Amino acid sequence: MSENSDSLNLTSIQTKLEKAKGAGYWRSLDELASVDGFKDFLHREFPRQASEWIDDEGRRNFLKIMGASLALAGLSACTKQPTEFIMPYVEAPEQAIPGKPLFYATAFPVAGVANPILVEAHEFRPTKVEGNPEHPASMGSTDVPTQASILGLYDPDRLQTVNFIGEVRSYPSFLQSFIGALAKQQAKTGSGIRILTETVTSPTLYAQMQDVLKLYPGAKWYQWEPTGHGRRMGMQQAFGQFLNPVYKFDQAEVVLSIDGNFLGNGPGGVRYARDFVSKRTLRGENKTQSRFYAVETTPTSTGCKADHRQAIKPSEVAGFVRGLAATLGGAGASGPLATTKFYSALVKDLQAAKGKSIVIAGEDQSPEVHAVVHYINQVLGNNGTTVTFTQPIEPKPADQWADLTALLADLHSGQVDLLLILGGNPVYCAPPELNLRGAIQMAKMRVRLGDHEDETSEICQWNIPATHAFEAWSDAPAYDGTVSIIQPLIAPLYGGKSAHELLSAFTETPEKSSYESVRDYWRAKHTGTDFETWWKHSVHDGFIKDSALPAVNATAKLVAPAGGSAAGGSGYEISFHSDPYILDGRYANNAWLQEMPRPVSRLTWDNAVIVSQKTADDLKVTDEDLVAIDYNGHTVWGAIWRIPGQPDGSVALSMGYGRKRSGRAGNGAGFDVYPLRPASSPYFGTGAIVRKLGEKFRLAAVQHHFAMEGRKPVHAGTLDEFKQDPYFSQKQSETPPKGLTIFPETWKYEGYAWGMAIDLTACVGCNTCVVACQSENNIAVVGKEQVLNTREMHWIRIDRYYKGEPDEPDMYFQPVACVQCENAPCEVVCPVAATETDAEGLNNMVYNRCVGTRYCSNNCPYKVRRFNFLLFSDWESESVKLQRNPDVTVRSRGVMEKCSYCVQRINYAKITAEKEDRKVRDGEIVPACAAACPSQAIMFGDLNDPKSRVSEWKRHSLNYSLLGELDTRPRTTYLTEIRNPNPEVQKSEKDS
Amino acid sequence: MAQPVELPDRIEVGPVIDEGHSLGSVSDKIAGIVLKRKTTLGWILGFLVSFSLLQALMAAATWLFVKGVGVWGINIPVGWGFAIVNFVWWIGIGHAGTLISAILLLLNQSWRNAINRFAEAMTLFAVMCAGMFPVLHTGRPWLAYWLFPYPNTMDLWPQFRSPLVWDVFAVSTYFTISLVFWYVGLMPDLATLRDGAVQRWKQVIYGFFSLGWRNSARHWQRYEKASLLLAGLATPLVLSVHTVVSFDFAVAILPGWHTTIFPPYFVAGAIYSGFAMVLTLMIPARRFYGLEDIITIRHLNNMAKVTLATGLIVGYGYITEAFFGYYSADIYEKFETLNRMGGPYAPFYWTLVLCNIIMPQFLWFKRIRTNPLVLWFFSIVVNIGMWLERFVIVVVSLHRDFLPSSWGMYWPTIWDWAVLIGTIGFFLTAVFIFVRILPMITIFELRLLLPGAQVKKEPVAR
Repeated sequence: MSENSDSLNLTSIQTKLEKAKGAGYWRSLDELASVDGFKDFLHREFPRQASEWIDDEGRRNFLKIMGASLALAGLSACTKQPTEFIMPYVEAPEQAIPGKPLFYATAFPVAGVANPILVEAHEFRPTKVEGNPEHPASMGSTDVPTQASILGLYDPDRLQTVNFIGEVRSYPSFLQSFIGALAKQQAKTGSGIRILTETVTSPTLYAQMQDVLKLYPGAKWYQWEPTGHGRRMGMQQAFGQFLNPVYKFDQAEVVLSIDGNFLGNGPGGVRYARDFVSKRTLRGENKTQSRFYAVETTPTSTGCKADHRQAIKPSEVAGFVRGLAATLGGAGASGPLATTKFYSALVKDLQAAKGKSIVIAGEDQSPEVHAVVHYINQVLGNNGTTVTFTQPIEPKPADQWADLTALLADLHSGQVDLLLILGGNPVYCAPPELNLRGAIQMAKMRVRLGDHEDETSEICQWNIPATHAFEAWSDAPAYDGTVSIIQPLIAPLYGGKSAHELLSAFTETPEKSSYESVRDYWRAKHTGTDFETWWKHSVHDGFIKDSALPAVNATAKLVAPAGGSAAGGSGYEISFHSDPYILDGRYANNAWLQEMPRPVSRLTWDNAVIVSQKTADDLKVTDEDLVAIDYNGHTVWGAIWRIPGQPDGSVALSMGYGRKRSGRAGNGAGFDVYPLRPASSPYFGTGAIVRKLGEKFRLAAVQHHFAMEGRKPVHAGTLDEFKQDPYFSQKQSETPPKGLTIFPETWKYEGYAWGMAIDLTACVGCNTCVVACQSENNIAVVGKEQVLNTREMHWIRIDRYYKGEPDEPDMYFQPVACVQCENAPCEVVCPVAATETDAEGLNNMVYNRCVGTRYCSNNCPYKVRRFNFLLFSDWESESVKLQRNPDVTVRSRGVMEKCSYCVQRINYAKITAEKEDRKVRDGEIVPACAAACPSQAIMFGDLNDPKSRVSEWKRHSLNYSLLGELDTRPRTTYLTEIRNPNPEVQKSEKDS
Repeated sequence: MAQPVELPDRIEVGPVIDEGHSLGSVSDKIAGIVLKRKTTLGWILGFLVSFSLLQALMAAATWLFVKGVGVWGINIPVGWGFAIVNFVWWIGIGHAGTLISAILLLLNQSWRNAINRFAEAMTLFAVMCAGMFPVLHTGRPWLAYWLFPYPNTMDLWPQFRSPLVWDVFAVSTYFTISLVFWYVGLMPDLATLRDGAVQRWKQVIYGFFSLGWRNSARHWQRYEKASLLLAGLATPLVLSVHTVVSFDFAVAILPGWHTTIFPPYFVAGAIYSGFAMVLTLMIPARRFYGLEDIITIRHLNNMAKVTLATGLIVGYGYITEAFFGYYSADIYEKFETLNRMGGPYAPFYWTLVLCNIIMPQFLWFKRIRTNPLVLWFFSIVVNIGMWLERFVIVVVSLHRDFLPSSWGMYWPTIWDWAVLIGTIGFFLTAVFIFVRILPMITIFELRLLLPGAQVKKEPVAR
């Protein structure tokens, strides 16, 4: 065999192949194989025997060609790959260190209101949302939808392509068709163009909209969202102008909530929870508490925290606030005056705290109630002190129901040639009597920018996938007007487009990017000198400094009664509420939110017909009985769920469920109540008929027992009790003294001793910790069937207990995760040592050692261990894999898991500290739950450091151990819940 | 000094072996069942039914391995369900065999000779059934061998404080000793079968397993010694195995599990259920194979008495548990007791009380003890009662423990049932094969009972 030095090598063959292109490619193989040098190459590449096989010429040729084909197929694929440039990591992007997460400040707008956040990105892959500690609306905390937004980004059911009547198209082809349609409009000044959006708050988007309307003066822009109307219009009615209220709960001595769910929910909810709790907790120097009254048409997590709570029927709310206004001395006010002790105490307290109280109405209340509440604040002198007003954060606040009606009229007149629907899902949310579905189909060209294929996209010809907030540039104001620049963390996963890009399509620069639009807007707006620096700072910080809107003075006037809808009659009252997590249905396909237990009902995956026990008795139904509700000319079926504290004779329904086209998580979850919700009265209704159907529908609740059964998992007391004896709570249970065991207690925790304290007074039951934990620790979603068999996987859960009278009970929240016992019952029973306490007191779960006997869970008195009964983790959906935290194992089937105190964060901090040759600082480690908590109810730290805040919490006289009598020595302890009831309102204090 | 009182002879119900048997007739009769008797239609039908049930186990185990233990109804808080209930139940059933073969041997209770082999075989099969569950019930059964202390590169041992590890030792020891004891006892009879077999292949197979038994005096001498030693080894196991099994519960802190009375109470319960199972199997077997003259009414009577006695101990256990629920003044214990009696699983508890406390009282009546059909009915009742007892201990204690927020319910799925029924199928299949290919009664021991085998009366204790 010749050792030919200039024989072909791989590179030259490759080069040769590169040149061989087109249809003649395979034909040229023969030629290639016959090159002398190539023959040599083949000989050397193949085994000796092959080259010495010299019998049959034909077979020899055949083998040669076979060999060449195989070899060449490996050298270059059959199809030509597009030229792509991969980037060497030789010069790494600045700051990017593999394995180290980077945080980017941005914001996630929920219903237009920015939630300022930091997004954790691992190798440029966003994995976790944290609050932005610099921003006044967050101060480091988040709410539930914001935490869950990360799953929304990776939702595998998102709309993934531009399509035209079901056919996949490209965005340029859409632009072509769109610009063609626009050309026709130019002649008639765009009078055939209608744009329907949700509430627009983005300054850039508004400016772009103005540009579009300037270009096409005949075009019209409408905004409509199913909720938020009462707040907006109530303001308009009370003050004669649209304003934005900002509440100062940290200055309020008395708070009255009228159906308000302001703790951790809605605009400013995160900040309000923190402010509110600052007046409630008895940690530190605090020795007093504000007093909180709640008047509610259905129990909310906020109402559960009230010192006094009263349930009233939805139809009585307007009368109640008018009566209250009258009692408080509002000129011209009149209404039914209540005579209850609750009422007189409330009035007395409000009068005593003039200028230092807050009356707040809920999102689901009517404009009238909102207006009267503003008037009450006026009477009480709160406006300007505890309640301030700014110009609205919406650039164009409007009566959105009027907008919707106008749009319908336009559609019916047949003059709409081009309808652009930017976001929202109006077809699903709109009242059926408006027949929006039919009306929209009257528009000739229907374009929809949406994140899912849903009820609205179904009837639109062009569907453009929308970008997620983490995929595109934008801007949005927080509850106080502070504007956040929304910066993307990842290129659009599915080629989505933002509303900015779609509006650019109207202009001469149809392909202008969101980045340019947002930046150009702010460049124009910027008044200072150095725009670049200002921009960089604003993007870096996540918000524009000092952009909060200034307070304005406004005087509320008493509005005339709306009348009409309050008329009683037979039948039941129904009230409509937006769901605390999936809101109006927009997050219905977020499995984390679907599986998040509702704070009061503890239901997952479904909404229910919420009734009181007495109403259920009247209807002769009990939990899970299917009923039909006839109202507004429609009938809706739902399952009964009894909740104490629901007013008798009234049925509460939550919106956002019963989606038919939302994706695999949202489809079929719950029932749709929008058909019952008339446009004329979208808040509540009277005279609904509820009929028992005699069938059952299983509801997946995560908790089935709500009484404490004579036990004291939640220690609670009143401010008076606390003042009389600060240690009263610790006397309610006994903890065995150390040293009772016959085994010598030799181990001293000498290094770090990690521990946690949870302030029950501060916990508002919002579940943000649960979803934050789920996001941080790759916790699987199990689905309704598994929740029905109590196999949910949440590492932290919020137990809810009742105490007192069954019809008007006190309600308590208690977050429970693994309490990391020093004397852990789980440990001694594990046959393979898969769970062991380490030298710092962490009860570690070793997944790869676990064989799954479940003995540890059986022996855990807190039942905080979670078992992968089946393969719960999603190993299939590619996009969901991107969400996973790379620092946490994704658990497989047959393995036990539980709270680890976010051991990955502990170790990260320890490694950092070790490198810097110091100890971990207090506050350097914040577990996901504690970080997300809006009310800062969770404190974590080193118990061996007497100066750490957690040590300080644990020294508090209200500190107690859950089930401490078992001598498990939990590292997580609780601070007794203290409430401040008015002594004039007597309530029996026996357990139910 | 008082005069030694002459104790009256015990009033026995009939002889341990009916009259008319000779050494040869006994051998012929018992060996004949295996060697000469045609496979009857009844056997085939019974075997087929059992074998079909065994298929339920195969299907259930396959599905279990494919999907995970989530195919069962277990959840959090009830992490253990049918699997552990069945495990304890089967282990308990096994105990009668060891008691009969070992303890009664040491106590020189010659009536045991007729039921010894059968009961011991039952022990083996029951322990096999039980032994499946620890593996089946783990979340990752392919790693269940980690419970054994084997040298490994990870330098990891089992966690010796865990009762589950003790279980591994207890059950594996139990199975080994039972198997050896049973097999040693089989050897003389296998030789008998070898000698009696006509077909060559039978001679070879029985001959192989009889390990060259030639009936020499030396063989017998060694046999007797080995037998006695093994009995000595097996005796503590009767007490220890179920004691260790009870530790699975007693060591935990769960109300309803954390009970010091568990070891004796479990042992009594095990013997109770074991004797019931021997009765359940023996009564039909003696009838179908015409062995009424060998397994006599006296045997049934004796076994019923043991059942009654152990049943009373079990009943005492229940009463003690209930008493301490009250007397401990521990709200969790108290609630647990009340929850058993009045909670959602109360029907199970009261059925258990009926089966295990009330029904056995009928066994005080000789007419019931000596009526095979009625006794068979009672043995079934006891089997159900003891299964329910384990259900009440395992599930009802778990479903409502310390924090009311985490209370839940457990309902078995079709796969839970399939495993339970499947192991019964396995057990019966094994029994059917056993009675077909091996002598179900120890021939040589039975011959000892014959008048001709009796050594002239000597002043030696019986």
